[in-house]
Amino acid sequence: MRNSFLIKTLDKNSVLFLTLLAIIAVIVPVANLVMPPQSPFHLSTYWVVLLGKYLCYALLALSVDLVWGYAGILTLGHGAFFALGGYAMGMYLMRQIGARGVYGNPDLPDFMVFLNWSELPWFWSGFDMFPFAMLMVLFVPGLLAFAFGWFAFRSRVTGVYLSIITQALTYALMLAFFRNNMGFGGNNGLTDFKDILGFNLQSDATRSGLFVATVVALMLAFLISRAIIKSRFGKVLIGVRDAESRTRFLGYRVENYKLFVWTISAMIAGVAGALYVPQVGIINPSEFAPANSIETVIWVAVGGRGTLIGAAFGAVLVNFAKTWFTGALPELWLFALGALFIFTTIFLPKGILGLLARKPKKPRKSKSGKQPDQQSTQPAE
Amino acid sequence: MQRLIKFFLLFAFLALPFMQAAQADELSTFVEQLKEKSTSKKIKTIRAIGAIGASGSERAAPVLEAYLGGKLFQKKTDGTIVIIVKGGEGLLLSDPYSGKSLGTSPKNKYKKIRVNNRLRGVIRSVLGGLQLQHRDRLKRLEAAASMFKSHNPKSIPALQEALKAETDEDVKTRMGEALAAAQLSSTDASAQLSAIKVLEARGDKTALTLLQAAMQKGASTEVKSQAEGAVRRIKKSLAYWEIGQTIFYGLSLGSVLLLAAIGLAITFGVMGVINMAHGEMIMIGAYTTFVVQEVIRTSAPALFDVSLLIALPLAFIIAGSIGVAIERGIIRFLYGRPLETLLATWGISLVLQQAVRSIFGPTNQEVGNPSWMSGSFEVGQLIITNNRLWIMVFALAVLFTLMAVLKYTSFGLRMRAVTQNRAMAGSMGIRTGWVDALTFGLGSGVAGIAGVALSQIDNVSPNLGQAYIVDSFMVVVFGGVGNLWGTLVGAVSLGVLNKFLEPAVGAVLGKILVLVLIILFIQKRPRGLFAQKGRAVEQ
Repeated sequence: MRNSFLIKTLDKNSVLFLTLLAIIAVIVPVANLVMPPQSPFHLSTYWVVLLGKYLCYALLALSVDLVWGYAGILTLGHGAFFALGGYAMGMYLMRQIGARGVYGNPDLPDFMVFLNWSELPWFWSGFDMFPFAMLMVLFVPGLLAFAFGWFAFRSRVTGVYLSIITQALTYALMLAFFRNNMGFGGNNGLTDFKDILGFNLQSDATRSGLFVATVVALMLAFLISRAIIKSRFGKVLIGVRDAESRTRFLGYRVENYKLFVWTISAMIAGVAGALYVPQVGIINPSEFAPANSIETVIWVAVGGRGTLIGAAFGAVLVNFAKTWFTGALPELWLFALGALFIFTTIFLPKGILGLLARKPKKPRKSKSGKQPDQQSTQPAE
Repeated sequence: MQRLIKFFLLFAFLALPFMQAAQADELSTFVEQLKEKSTSKKIKTIRAIGAIGASGSERAAPVLEAYLGGKLFQKKTDGTIVIIVKGGEGLLLSDPYSGKSLGTSPKNKYKKIRVNNRLRGVIRSVLGGLQLQHRDRLKRLEAAASMFKSHNPKSIPALQEALKAETDEDVKTRMGEALAAAQLSSTDASAQLSAIKVLEARGDKTALTLLQAAMQKGASTEVKSQAEGAVRRIKKSLAYWEIGQTIFYGLSLGSVLLLAAIGLAITFGVMGVINMAHGEMIMIGAYTTFVVQEVIRTSAPALFDVSLLIALPLAFIIAGSIGVAIERGIIRFLYGRPLETLLATWGISLVLQQAVRSIFGPTNQEVGNPSWMSGSFEVGQLIITNNRLWIMVFALAVLFTLMAVLKYTSFGLRMRAVTQNRAMAGSMGIRTGWVDALTFGLGSGVAGIAGVALSQIDNVSPNLGQAYIVDSFMVVVFGGVGNLWGTLVGAVSLGVLNKFLEPAVGAVLGKILVLVLIILFIQKRPRGLFAQKGRAVEQ
């Protein structure tokens, strides 16, 4: 039983992808920690952090692909869930600073002392405990997604309308978090973190540890997503994507299917945010900016919508390009990104993975999971 | 001559001994007396000041003003009196009696005619009296307003005199109010009672403060209770005016939203194209205005006031042709794939933003208001700024023009035909592809002229468009897609709602609340306020 489930879930590409991730998870820390700095195999900490960041983005892209690629929900607001997860982690890290802040207040984070607050707001309580904070990383984005999806899917807001209100959602949250009296550090956000679970955040070992945690999270999220889309549930989901009304007429409660996958996806995005914050060392309201969320969508589009693996690759690829461009030709980056949007939508509707899959041979007519994504990746809208 | 006589009456108590001389209009005689160091409390000087005021000479006010400002000097050698202003090099001399320039001179040859605080008070009240009977209506209004502000009981006689002579109703009211304000500050209970009535009729915030003061220290208990009643009534009416003002601000914001959203109502509402580059079309319009104004500044400054009129057609053409290019080059390959269109147009918006940033730099550009758009006026207690008013008018004009184009022109007919039934329209010989391109161009062009208007009230920077994109979509979606009336109602109601929420919860929270309300509203009515009906809607 267990065996057949695995076979159903994992095709050749998935195994390849997971193996690749596992190899990275071993090689990167070894190259960083074990190899001496003069060795050609040595990887600097800068690169470890950068790769960790890319993989967080890959995790976010995976969560977007899950809803966009398989349920047809184009979200322009997944950055909101990412940032909320990040804030939950940031709050834990803030509480870990303790009395080492600039003001040396053992109970209050610096910005609260600065604003003359006398005690911790109620929603900060409990964040000094790691398990609670991790629960919140899942719970807060999940709850928001559930509430939002409950209303949106039930009243059958679909297509572009849904995209625009997800954008409004993250925009509203951005405005809210910019306010000082929200209690999340306002404009500056949360920063100056010292350590996580007692490990110094600046040390190479902790950074490598976080990197490995990110890879593991990405593997787990990939497995979960695969399990969802390969199940009977996933088949219905694809039905929803390609012909929502027809699926509804067949007797499926479309809104429940969407709501489930939407909430799971938001939780994955939250985890991505939570892993992102300790690695980059700051979380501020600009993470909510609608532009970030739209950029995430293009990662997925570049890699290949509805492939999961492609989404992860797209995220790494685009962000690598971004790092290179902003270093070498800063004023050209937005031109390049803009062109990427246009080029991908017109010439690469199935992304890079679609391009690779098309070339070698014609798709076989098989009922097994060998050709998992032969259903049109272009939903009829 | 009549006015002259009134001056005598007015300043009789000061200028009695000099009356005859004054009749002879011997301004110089009195001015000469200012020089004298009179013995007791400068009585003589005070009289002289009064006499100058009463002389009725046109030069009386400038001389007194110069004296007040310490610009009246006498020559050390022969005592000739001159007005001296500090110029670029040395001192600029002018004749007090004719106002003619007398050239320049080094400083040490002249001695200042001294003035002290007591004299200053006298000069001011004489000047006020002079101003009150000035020939220029605006000067009289100004004087009444300044006397209202100072509400000094000493100015009562001057005001009463001026009131008798006044013929202009408007000025009369203002003077009456100034008189009332002065009377309220006096100790005469009966005058205070009548003053309360006048001030209540004025009913603005300054009247309120005056009456509140009278509530505390009125001459009698009746005055106090009357003042209290008046304060209560004024407060009530002010509350209504405040609502009116909020509505005006709301309508103003609504007109801005309307302008930003009209173009989108065409591209998104009529064509169904999600144009994320819409905000950048607005930005291009604003930058067109900037360039036009720059050219005018350097080559033809006289044309500055019509710069906006020149910018309007240019902005329409530039933004419109960019729109046509976008449609022909990109969007037409993506019809029927709205989500892909959204991403592609987002890419376009990034490119346009970066292009503008590369050409003009990332900072805000200075776009000036032409003279007919600056300033403000009052209606009752409402303050209405001209540029906001013009933008409202302009927004409505654009909306109705667009409606007329859609309804009455052949192009509008083709456009509607293509959106309703593309295949049928095509078989009737309409070139649907070109209609698509022109429609998109029209929407973009309208966004461009919106940019011209918005450059007047917003910062012109590469991020200008970003600020409007979410709002514009909210307006169009809220109002109902494909319906220009819906866009109007949506924009105005969102604007007013926003402005009413602002004082209650703060600007940012107000905006968030509006967004949340729209999100909830879309849940309830996914197709907006004025939804299109029929089978085609579901596609």
